[in-house]
Amino acid sequence: MKFHWFHLMPWPHLPDDFQEKHRSVWVDVDYNLFDPVKGHHVYNEYLDELEYAERCGFDGICCNEHHSNAYGLMPSPNLIAAALARRTERAALVVLGNSIALYNPPIRVAEEFAMLDIISGGRLVAGFPVGTSMDTNFAYGVTPATLRERYYEAHDLILQCWTRKDTFHFNGKYTQVRYVNPWPRPLQQPHPPIWIPGGGSLETWDWTTEKNYLYCYLSYFGYIRGKAVMDNFWRRVEELGGDDNPYRAGFLQLVCVADSDAEAERLYAEHVSYFYNRCLHVYTGFADAPGYRTLKTVRAGIRAQVGAAASALRQNLTWKDFVEQGYVIAGSPDSVAQQLEEVIKGLRVGHLMCLMQIGNMPKEKVLYNTKLFAEKVMPKLRGLWSEYEDRWFIKPLPPEQRARVGDIREPAPAG
Amino acid sequence: MPVEPTTVSVRGGMFQPRVYRAGRGEPLLWLHGAGGMAQGFTPDLEALAQHYEVIAPVHPGWDDTPGLEHLDDIHDLVVYYQDFCDALGLRSFYLAGHSLGGCFAAELAAARPDMVRKLVLVAPVGLWMDETPVTDLFVLLPQELPQYLVADPANPSPAVAQLLRPPANEEEMAERLYQQIANFAAAGKFMWPIPDKGLKKRIHRISAPTLILWGAADRLVPPAYGELFHRLIPKSQLTVIQGAGHLLPLEKTEEYVREVTAFLG
Repeated sequence: MKFHWFHLMPWPHLPDDFQEKHRSVWVDVDYNLFDPVKGHHVYNEYLDELEYAERCGFDGICCNEHHSNAYGLMPSPNLIAAALARRTERAALVVLGNSIALYNPPIRVAEEFAMLDIISGGRLVAGFPVGTSMDTNFAYGVTPATLRERYYEAHDLILQCWTRKDTFHFNGKYTQVRYVNPWPRPLQQPHPPIWIPGGGSLETWDWTTEKNYLYCYLSYFGYIRGKAVMDNFWRRVEELGGDDNPYRAGFLQLVCVADSDAEAERLYAEHVSYFYNRCLHVYTGFADAPGYRTLKTVRAGIRAQVGAAASALRQNLTWKDFVEQGYVIAGSPDSVAQQLEEVIKGLRVGHLMCLMQIGNMPKEKVLYNTKLFAEKVMPKLRGLWSEYEDRWFIKPLPPEQRARVGDIREPAPAG
Repeated sequence: MPVEPTTVSVRGGMFQPRVYRAGRGEPLLWLHGAGGMAQGFTPDLEALAQHYEVIAPVHPGWDDTPGLEHLDDIHDLVVYYQDFCDALGLRSFYLAGHSLGGCFAAELAAARPDMVRKLVLVAPVGLWMDETPVTDLFVLLPQELPQYLVADPANPSPAVAQLLRPPANEEEMAERLYQQIANFAAAGKFMWPIPDKGLKKRIHRISAPTLILWGAADRLVPPAYGELFHRLIPKSQLTVIQGAGHLLPLEKTEEYVREVTAFLG
């Protein structure tokens, strides 16, 4: 069983009356709420937390891409991954990922991911999300009805960039390049593991399975609601002839560990409330541009994760509700381990992305939460799925081939 | 008897658009707006069919029809409508369009001035002024739409009341929402994220006498755009109708039809 430590990098200084005074945390969120000096500290503390997660023994450290978003301060996750590449040695750098439909030419993504893979010694996990409607259609202006076509085309170009060693041409509908020959290409062969973060759309399951990529369901709704999605995913995998290896699936879960259940509430309740009530306060008009979801998926009635319908579900939820309804897994180490075992087995996932910095949770609590999890929860669950081979994970360079990072000696005087 | 659509084969059957046709007289090609033709042959079209042969096709992709996958941009659409006219043997006709359909009509009239005898543009989109943005249709919530579409939602005309009637049950509500998402998704191909796809570089080619009609209370496409269209189309006249919003043909049907028939003759 693999455990990853996921950072959203939320802006932790949204005011108490944010939900009343502002219509959205995303797209047109008021920039006056940001402060670059505070931001300097926020970014550096968040990077510390990711580095600490590696030190504690997490298998991967994760970042992702959002735009015009006060709960995700990573318009360029590759910059974060680059900063981590030099300051970490072992953990996978799980970039979940680059919204490949947004970049023209998408060769840029192939190049940056290749650089990250090489600098890190083969530790990159390459995530290719379609990207949310807020990010892609509203903040970046991509026509909703063309987004998925762009996405698939960008994917094909990036894969060719990584697997072909010749200079080739690419005559796509959205990208035309006469001479494609990126320097460098990735270290991992034939290419870094590809993970597809999805919100539960039908086409994504089929495509991910056909390509034999890892599917991760990044939901903030917790495992009880995630179960329906993952059950459908596994049914589809079986129909398409994929094996039931749990490592082909990942799941994101909010996790809060403390000495006791009561202590967990005392420590973390305010941050969970901040996350659900401020960070996820998205204007319904931005939640789902017409054409963003395929009409097939619209017909199937899969609801967007954000917006009024989702908010209505969460309205007036207390800590107790969040915990009982599985939005958050919280409590003593024993209690968390027991609940997570249910999640892991119930959803059949080999990769768990733990969200352990939540909303405005300050660094000392984040480190505490992380440490307690690594020391007292992770060991209890490590052995799950040990009978399966993880074919969706990094293949880093062996230690003897690795560069000596930061090996600077004062030069001897010339002559 | 309500007018039922028939299917026309265009470009060797690649497109099979639904077409509403009624009336006798000079042909008048009507291009609908982003909302589609789900309301069928509405009273404004019925009234025009007393004077002309009204031909009202459903654009590929609207009202759950296929074909939009073959059209990537406004240029493809203009070529498609030339094929459509060929399929119907339409060589010279009156052309009218509303909202996004007005944009299509202006583009077709600019590309093929030889085909269009007279042009009627009803609150068209297709131009952009930074200081007077067109309302972003795509972020409006269902309950917000009426106040942007019509001048006075509290006192609707029968046609507007029919359009805005509450759904009879949950199935109808879901079906209407689906149709709206599908139609707006199609419209996005020509309007997203800003409805300015280069008409300003082509509009001078429109040579047909042109009537531009605008509702004085249009909150979707502000009436200032009427003046801009008027300035850029050489032989044009602008008429602003009081008490009407963006759905002018349904809101003030009589006045609207009077203006159109007076202009077309």
